[in-house]
Amino acid sequence: MTETLAAGTSTGTDEVPAIRLRKLTKVFGDTVAVNAVDLDIRHGEFFSMLGPSGSGKTTVLRLIAGFELPTSGTIELEGKDVTAKAPFQRDVNTVFQDYALFPHMSLVDNVAYGLRVRGMPGNQRRERAREALDRVQLGKFVGRKPAQLSGGQRQRVALARALVVEPKVLLLDEPLGALDLKLRQQMQVELKELQRSLGITFIFVTHDQEEALTMSDRIGVFNNGSIEQIGTAHEIYERPGDIFVANFVGTSNIFDAGQAQSVYGRAEPLCIRPERLRVAWAGEPERRAGVTSRSGSVTSFVYVGHATQVRVQLDGGPAVVALVPEKLPGSDAELVNRPVTVSWDDDAVVWLPAHGS
Amino acid sequence: MRLSRSAKAVLGVVSGLVLLFIYTPLMLVVVNSFNADRTFGWPPKGFTLEWWGKAFDSPGVRDAVVSSLWVAVVATVISLVLGTLLAMSLQRYKFFGRDIISLLVILPIALPGVVTGIALNNMFTTILGVPLSLWTVVIAHATFCMVTVFNNVIARLRRTSAGLEEASADLGAGVFTTFGLVTFPQLRSALLAGGLLAFALSFDEIIVTTFTIGAGETTLPIWILQNLFRPNQAPVVNVVAVVLIVVSIVPIWLAQRLSGDSVGVSGARVKAD
Repeated sequence: MTETLAAGTSTGTDEVPAIRLRKLTKVFGDTVAVNAVDLDIRHGEFFSMLGPSGSGKTTVLRLIAGFELPTSGTIELEGKDVTAKAPFQRDVNTVFQDYALFPHMSLVDNVAYGLRVRGMPGNQRRERAREALDRVQLGKFVGRKPAQLSGGQRQRVALARALVVEPKVLLLDEPLGALDLKLRQQMQVELKELQRSLGITFIFVTHDQEEALTMSDRIGVFNNGSIEQIGTAHEIYERPGDIFVANFVGTSNIFDAGQAQSVYGRAEPLCIRPERLRVAWAGEPERRAGVTSRSGSVTSFVYVGHATQVRVQLDGGPAVVALVPEKLPGSDAELVNRPVTVSWDDDAVVWLPAHGS
Repeated sequence: MRLSRSAKAVLGVVSGLVLLFIYTPLMLVVVNSFNADRTFGWPPKGFTLEWWGKAFDSPGVRDAVVSSLWVAVVATVISLVLGTLLAMSLQRYKFFGRDIISLLVILPIALPGVVTGIALNNMFTTILGVPLSLWTVVIAHATFCMVTVFNNVIARLRRTSAGLEEASADLGAGVFTTFGLVTFPQLRSALLAGGLLAFALSFDEIIVTTFTIGAGETTLPIWILQNLFRPNQAPVVNVVAVVLIVVSIVPIWLAQRLSGDSVGVSGARVKAD
């Protein structure tokens, strides 16, 4: 944990972070939803909070927005303490999971709402709202009501509504969760481009690790109300900090301490990604320096389009999944139960410190 | 559920008889208000507007109408404000004793009018030492009229997400702006429905009114009660009764239509069958 704390809090420069959380804690009844979270989010960063449901990521977002007050700890926005401020006193805006568009207002009035409550005159704010809707390709629909739009369109309105007031930080609470896969992938690209062109700090909550990996500058992985690891997508994927992160982000082949001991003589769990494993079908082990091989037998296959996931039960080791991009040398029936050798480069191994150490 | 032809016929006849039993006496009152025969012999001897004219000219009736309207309007306004506040606090916030307060708010509509009447009479006269007047009637009526507003508003709040209010606050609106621009527009038709029901409830209320009204004041139902057994007032009583029926039924009919979807949906289903 000390490593991840260091990675999360020291940015290497003296720049004031966009958001700084210190010992942020939220208790609901007798559940600790958020447990002493320390986090610095830099200016203009696309930061994802990734974790399973109930891991506290949405609660952290709601604490930053001001919908919940923390049990203890502080929240700073650009160096100013906003811990006790009401949501309408904070210069952050939210794109809600269910979009929360006002059903009785047209799209223009929805988008102009933030300007209206700031006292901007009618014509001016409608003009600005129209521009904002144009930017998300909804210029034609200004007079419609939210109920007349599709999910993807509502999502864009919610985005335009939050951005038109030019917040310092934009909070996004699983905004793509309700969209179908194609649209979701398209919106991922659009969101990322929008964020880059506006230069606004985005904090993006998601339970979809792929989404987090593709969009984020940095990712914080949440579990049980704490941050397990903070890092770039590359760091999180290639160098997971512990067993939870290794399992949650992508697929991992985990060797427990005993199994690792028998392979490397070191009693600590380790993890290897499926695409780093090679399967030798003839059973001939690779014999090179820096390569480790283990024999096993094939148990099943899953064809995933660009590759096949081959499940192999290693002799005296765990069952592992290897991602094989090339065509398999035979039909599934011929290959099942075949003895094979699985090899990997030693530098593909990530040692995972036992939890809590 | 599918019904056999004979079951449909039997149910139809029974329903018809029940409705006939309920509405014939009411129709009789309406017809008699135009009946030229002073003793209301059947069939009616002729059509007359004499009783309506008499009722209109009677200062007692006119005062009673004005009092009833005034009481119903003021009680409705109080109910709208308090009912909405209660519904918002009980629906949107969690706090100790919330369920009990919820029950206590609804209870007055189930309490027998006699009990409410005696209790409030006692409260006003002996404990508070307030002289009975139309104001005491207003307060008494508000205790149970509030329930109809409360029920309508809380049902609507359950259906509208608190997320809208959060979104409003997030975009910079304070508490009152949020209520005015977001919450209230969501509640509008529920408030109208609840308010109309409250108005109807207050307008024809008699039991609680009897115990809480000041000497010398009359509401319409009280006027009827006082004049029911005076033979020469009988035709005018019929007219007043018709007024009472109309003013009470119209708001309830409107409220039914306003509180919306459920009524419409079940109607559509019958048609589709």
